[in-house]
Amino acid sequence: MKTRHITEIAGALLLARWKQTLVAAVGVTFSIALFITLLGFMEGLNQLLDGLVLNRTPHIRLYNDIRPSDYQPIDLSEEYKQYYNFVSSIKPANSRKEIHNAQRIIEDLRKDPLVLGVAPKITAQVFYNLGNVDVNGIINGVDVEQETKLFSFSDYVTQGNYYDLKNVANSIVLGIGAANTMMAKVGDVITVTTTEGEQFTLKVVGFFQSGISEIDKTQSYASVATTQKLLGESSNYISDIQVKLKNMDLAPSLAPQYKQVYGVDAEDIQTANAQFETGSSVRSIISYAVGLTLLIVSGFGIYNILNMLIYEKMDTIAILKATGFAGSDVKKIFTAISLSIGVFGAIAGAIFGFLFSKIIDAIPFNTDSLPTIETYPIDYGVQYYMIAVLFALVTTYLAGWFPARKASKIDPVEIIRGK
Amino acid sequence: MENNIVLEARAIYKSFYDPVKIDVLKDISFNVKRGEFVSVIGKSGCGKSTLLYILSTMDTDYQGELLIDNISMHGKSEKELAAIRNEKIGFVFQFHYLLNEFTVLKNVMLPGFKLNKYNEAELESRALSLLKDLGIEHLAHKMAHKISGGEKQRVSIARAMINDPLIIMCDEPTGNLDNSNTDMVFDIFKELTEVYHKTLLVVTHDMTFAQNTQRTIEMEDGRIVP
Repeated sequence: MKTRHITEIAGALLLARWKQTLVAAVGVTFSIALFITLLGFMEGLNQLLDGLVLNRTPHIRLYNDIRPSDYQPIDLSEEYKQYYNFVSSIKPANSRKEIHNAQRIIEDLRKDPLVLGVAPKITAQVFYNLGNVDVNGIINGVDVEQETKLFSFSDYVTQGNYYDLKNVANSIVLGIGAANTMMAKVGDVITVTTTEGEQFTLKVVGFFQSGISEIDKTQSYASVATTQKLLGESSNYISDIQVKLKNMDLAPSLAPQYKQVYGVDAEDIQTANAQFETGSSVRSIISYAVGLTLLIVSGFGIYNILNMLIYEKMDTIAILKATGFAGSDVKKIFTAISLSIGVFGAIAGAIFGFLFSKIIDAIPFNTDSLPTIETYPIDYGVQYYMIAVLFALVTTYLAGWFPARKASKIDPVEIIRGK
Repeated sequence: MENNIVLEARAIYKSFYDPVKIDVLKDISFNVKRGEFVSVIGKSGCGKSTLLYILSTMDTDYQGELLIDNISMHGKSEKELAAIRNEKIGFVFQFHYLLNEFTVLKNVMLPGFKLNKYNEAELESRALSLLKDLGIEHLAHKMAHKISGGEKQRVSIARAMINDPLIIMCDEPTGNLDNSNTDMVFDIFKELTEVYHKTLLVVTHDMTFAQNTQRTIEMEDGRIVP
């Protein structure tokens, strides 16, 4: 029995009931289209929300933590080595926030093939002076080029030119919230006081809007050199080294290595932002569950329609068997019917899913907290199409398998005698 | 001596158990030789149709032995039996049983697709020449449900012939036809045996039809009347 003849018979049976077949196929199309749209939308949203934080967070951050020494003097004493020693209220010694030999570490890291890029950073606590009132603030000293390349810094500078940070001496990009409080405009000069009590005047070259208002109210950006000046430190002073890896998932395993090799503290992104990972995966699970439910429901639709088709086509099945078609041939015919509904529905569903995604992608979505977003986010990941099509084929195959088995077991004698 | 027995039944018994045990066939033994035109007659309910389903291998629930082409059908799988039906048995039913989804030509070709002995072009020319012999070649490309009852029966005869079977079995082939069509079908059967040397086994309750066949087997209450 050639496959072509099986499909020819299947095709003829399909066309004999083309309306029901179409309804079944539309069911599959609809569920696949929704599956793709739903997951694309959900994942787009996930990436957007994660991106708010994760894009701007280094995969591994090297710094010197302020904490007491791991070994207290008593631990070094020979005499008390065999004892448990309890020391309460330990305070940190006068440790440096500075990373020792930071330039060498940065150069070394840049040679690492796993590393995408390295950016130095300094944080300085300041007060923004507003006449008599002082507002708390943090100035991040960054390397503008590296920061833009690795952490999309330029996306968040909503007014002014971020590059002026490098070109203009003693310049600052203010957080939008802080700027509103100070009623500062681009080109204005503001005054800040450092924790050491020194006052500096800085020129506002731009505004920065992260989408998280808490950050926008306090954080501002300046160049590394300007920040070093604020702190009264030398040009070697670097308090943080931000590392972006080629593969983010390696961060938890690399962080301890860096910690050991460079003798600094290292924190990976997964530890620092565990809650985002959890939120994303829960949202993904929910949307997969809804999507797969849709596909299963459409599978039941196919099952019903095939069952009906078999009752209607009892005579046909009986005559096929009487003229020498084996049960397995009949089974193949009905499986072919089911699979062709699945294939047609899957292809149409993938196309419609893409179109629905495009439509959602075009709907305007403006919000103050997300300056770079203009329309609803959609992820066009090919994996959703693959999963949807694969699952549709599996569902329709199973939905067809049971009726097909039933058809293959029909006893032609009963049908012919029944006439 | 050449053994030209095509079909042989040896002591076939069959009973229905629902709702009570009824013996439908009792000790049926006979054979059909190559080229014979045999009719089985009997009143309604005497078991002649049941016998035909057993002889055609579709019903496997019986005691006794059935040999087709000197091969026992005992213990063969559903798939093997289907292959035997396809290759060695042609069917003509009372209610013609064409597949309405296909054209007349495709209906005739269907058993040939399964046998897969000829390629499609050969099969088509065979089907067309059979339809021509039966005088209905002009219907070849019509849909099966658009032709008349007599024409349908001729199409199913063509379908029964497509794989050049050893024996053609007919279940009340004229039961549903008027006199002129009955005569026509009978003439075709006659020609099949006399000109083409086909073997025919016809189950009927039409006495005049049966009397004109070469040999008549009469059944009563599940037995062959000696």
